[in-house]
This record gives sequence, structure tokens and C-alpha cells, in this order.
Amino acid sequence: MLKITCPWCGPRAESEFNCGGEAHIARPLDTDALSDAQWGDYLFMRKNPKGLHREQWLHAQGCRRWFNAERHTVSYQFTKFYKPGENPDATGEGAA
Amino acid sequence: MSHFSIFSIARNALSYHENWQKQWRSPEPRPHYDAVIVGGGGHGLATAYYLAKEHGMRNIAVVERGWLGGGNTARNTTIVRSNYLWDDATHLYEKALQLWEGLSQELNYNTMFSQRGVMNVGHSLQDMRDIHRRVNANRLNGVDGVVLSPQQIKDMVPIMNTSASLRYPVMGASFQPRGGVARHDAIAWGFARAADALGVDILQNCEVIGIRRDGDQVVGIETTRGSIASKKVGIVSAGHSSVLADMAGIRLPLESHPLQALVSEPLKPILHTVVMSNAIHAYVSQSDKGDLVIGAGIDSYLGYGQRGSFPVIEHTLQAICELFPIFRRVRMNRQWGGIVDVSPDACPIISKTHIKGLYFNCGWGTGGFKATPGSGWVMAHTMAQDRPHALNAAFALERFSTGHLIDEHGAAGVAH
Repeated sequence: MLKITCPWCGPRAESEFNCGGEAHIARPLDTDALSDAQWGDYLFMRKNPKGLHREQWLHAQGCRRWFNAERHTVSYQFTKFYKPGENPDATGEGAA
Repeated sequence: MSHFSIFSIARNALSYHENWQKQWRSPEPRPHYDAVIVGGGGHGLATAYYLAKEHGMRNIAVVERGWLGGGNTARNTTIVRSNYLWDDATHLYEKALQLWEGLSQELNYNTMFSQRGVMNVGHSLQDMRDIHRRVNANRLNGVDGVVLSPQQIKDMVPIMNTSASLRYPVMGASFQPRGGVARHDAIAWGFARAADALGVDILQNCEVIGIRRDGDQVVGIETTRGSIASKKVGIVSAGHSSVLADMAGIRLPLESHPLQALVSEPLKPILHTVVMSNAIHAYVSQSDKGDLVIGAGIDSYLGYGQRGSFPVIEHTLQAICELFPIFRRVRMNRQWGGIVDVSPDACPIISKTHIKGLYFNCGWGTGGFKATPGSGWVMAHTMAQDRPHALNAAFALERFSTGHLIDEHGAAGVAH
């Protein structure tokens, strides 16, 4: 059972959350201008790293807010939790 | 390779069984091969075997970072069936099932393939509509299948709770009589031994750390045991497909998730078929050793750790206890996980790439074991002829640009 820290509610059990996959995938602004390959890349292609992964989590059985986390996909260790819009690479504030 | 038979057993008994030949060699890597398969699981070994057997290639290597068959091939719940929904998927899995039916003879290795049938249980009106639709689709494609009533299910599996007191009562099931289970290790060892006998070098403890290109042509791989040159490289590495694709600058639509399974203590024979339930999520069979082999849905987060979270196990055992009350006091013996590369449409990617000579066979997700011989067969064709076979043409990487996805989430039978 993973222990996940919701930025609003604090540390909770994994069973309170839904995982929303890779974070920071921005929907393209002008989708009509995209080729099929570019549209397919946005829809389907993923980093799927063996290492640190930035992903989205929903506190489904708590405050029901979305937030982001950085987690290592081999050790499953969380290294960061941050709210949408926060910069995870900023030094000082913004880290878990 | 020394042929296994009652005569070879008798002959070797005379020397106290001390003279059996090793089933495969452990050769030093050669500097060049005509074809290299990256990934020494069932699919990779099957690919190498069919490259040698069907396409007459001799200078082939299988490169495996750990021990052969130690990945998902060692960790699945051994179910074999071909009752998928769409034509392209059904034909591919059915090719695999037909190969399974002759495999022990062809490989001279007991794969313990047991065609005890596979039952997919329905618990709602929509489940039953989907079941009728899928059985009809199967029969139109020449694949065996029948719809069972609750009474017929009860006759076949007396220990199943088919009463109305279930939270989601059993309303019927699809049944594929030719489906069943097989011994997962045997398929790895059988293909390894047969491939080795045809001259394939199986290089274990050999991790690929780079893919070398000359312009848009692949020229070789870098490994922890040295450089290997080849103009044909097939990546058949399941959960690690994205890691290898990265080395070639290729993006894949895959997510690698933990998939867990567990076995019980050995029991006397009590379950004589394979039972799967999508709705109350569990699938179970009983091995020849007597243990119940139980599988779960994937853990929802990405994971390369070959382990998952316990709530998944609890959830699946709740379903088992609800469906089979007699199993409530059975003790579980061992649990583990694998790394499944799931694709957006729950169908595999068996494809050329924009890099000449570089091929990928991946994305089998939660359902690769049943397809093992078929997957190797079509991948061998794709590599040898440098074009897909009719059976895998629809599974090219391009479908994620053209939009021609083939959605088999329902037939996959494992929660994504």
C-alpha cells in the first residue's frame, strides 16, 4: 500500500486515490494544424520511464482534487508532491 | 538435441540419468549475427525458433539481460484461449492456439497444454449481450464457443455460487472448449531447447545498453557483454519495450504497469476448467500441482518493480471468495508481480519502424502468454521477409496515427 501525500489533506493510503497517468501533457492549442502523427503522439505516445516519473493523482475518496507527484517507477518512492501550476523544478518551495 | 522419448529415458536410466545433455548451450557472443532478438522470454525465444525453423536462418542470437524466461513468461496465470472480439485479433490468437495444439510434438517437449476450456462469466444483462455478441463473432470466424446458462455452469463447476444471493449473480457465461492452460516455464524451455538445436545462440546475462544506427538503418546493439553487429534487430522485451525504444529514439504508446498473481496451497483436484469474471474481477484455474492460480487486475500506477500493492490482491480474493465459497479457508502460498506493457487498445504492436531492420513486438499487456507461439511465428515472418504477415499487418505502430485502433479491452478480461 503506497502512502501518498495530498497537498491539501496530507498523507493518506493509496486506496483513497486514482492514478491519472503521465503529467504535464499539454493539449495542443491549434489541433486543426496538426498532422495525424502529431495528433496520435499527443493522444497515445508516453514516456513510460524506468526511473523518475511525473504523474497525476486524484484524491478520489478525499478532497477530490487533482495534484501532481514525482515517483520512481522501480522503488515506487515518491520524491515530490506539488499542486497544478506549481513548478516542481523550483528550488526551495514546491518540494514535498 | 537428444530426442526425448520413453527409449531415451530407459537408455539414460542405465547410466543413472547422469548423461542427459544440457538443453541449451551458453555460448560466447559472436561479433555479428544475421538477426538479433532482444528479449529472451517466451515470445523472443519463439521468434528465434521460427526464424530458424520456418525461414531457414542460422546465424541468430537471442539476447536476455537476466535468465531466459524469467520475466513475464515466469509470472503469468498460464491461460490459453482465442476468444477475442474483432477479426484481426481473433485470427492472430487463433493462429497461436492452433500452434499450441501441436506444440509438444513439434518441440519434443511437454508443454502440459491442457485444453480444459475457458469460461467467462456474465453478471449483468449487458455482460450477457456482450457474451452473446462475442461468441457469435467467434463462431463466424471459425473459432469454437458456446453460451452457457447458470445451470450448465453449475453442472460444470459445482463449487461455483450461482445462486441469486450473490451481489452480482451469475447470469451465464461464454465457454471456449479448446482453451485451457499450459506450463509457462515449459514453453520458454521448449522453445529455447529447440532454437538452440537449430543453432540459435541464447546469450543470457547480456543486457542491451544501446542500439547503433547508420543513418536510418540499424547496424547493431551495445551490450554488457560487448558490441554485436546485425542488420536485423527485433525488440521483444515486454515491460521494458519503452526503455529500448528510447535507445533508438522511438516513442511508443505503452505504459508498463505491475500485474500481480498468486497461488494457493496445493489442493486435491476441485476445479476442472478455467473461470474468468470481468465484473467481479478474478480469474482462476487449478494447476497440476493442485494450487489455485489466481490473477488480478493491473496496479494503476506505472511500475517496473515486479510487485504491486496489496489492495489489488484483496480485491481479487474477495471476488474468489464470493464466487467460490468453498475456497474461503484456503491459504495462499505465494504472490508476485510482472511488468505488463499495456497499449491504448489492449492489442499488441508487431511492427516495422521507420528505422530499417528494427522491429518491435510489444504491447501484449496482460494477455501475452496465450499468444506466445503465434507472436513468435508472425514476428519471425515480419523480420525474415521485412514485411508483416497478413495476421499482424493490422497491429502496426501506424494505427496510432491512422486511428485504426482495435479495442480488445473487453476480451482481454483483465482490468486496465
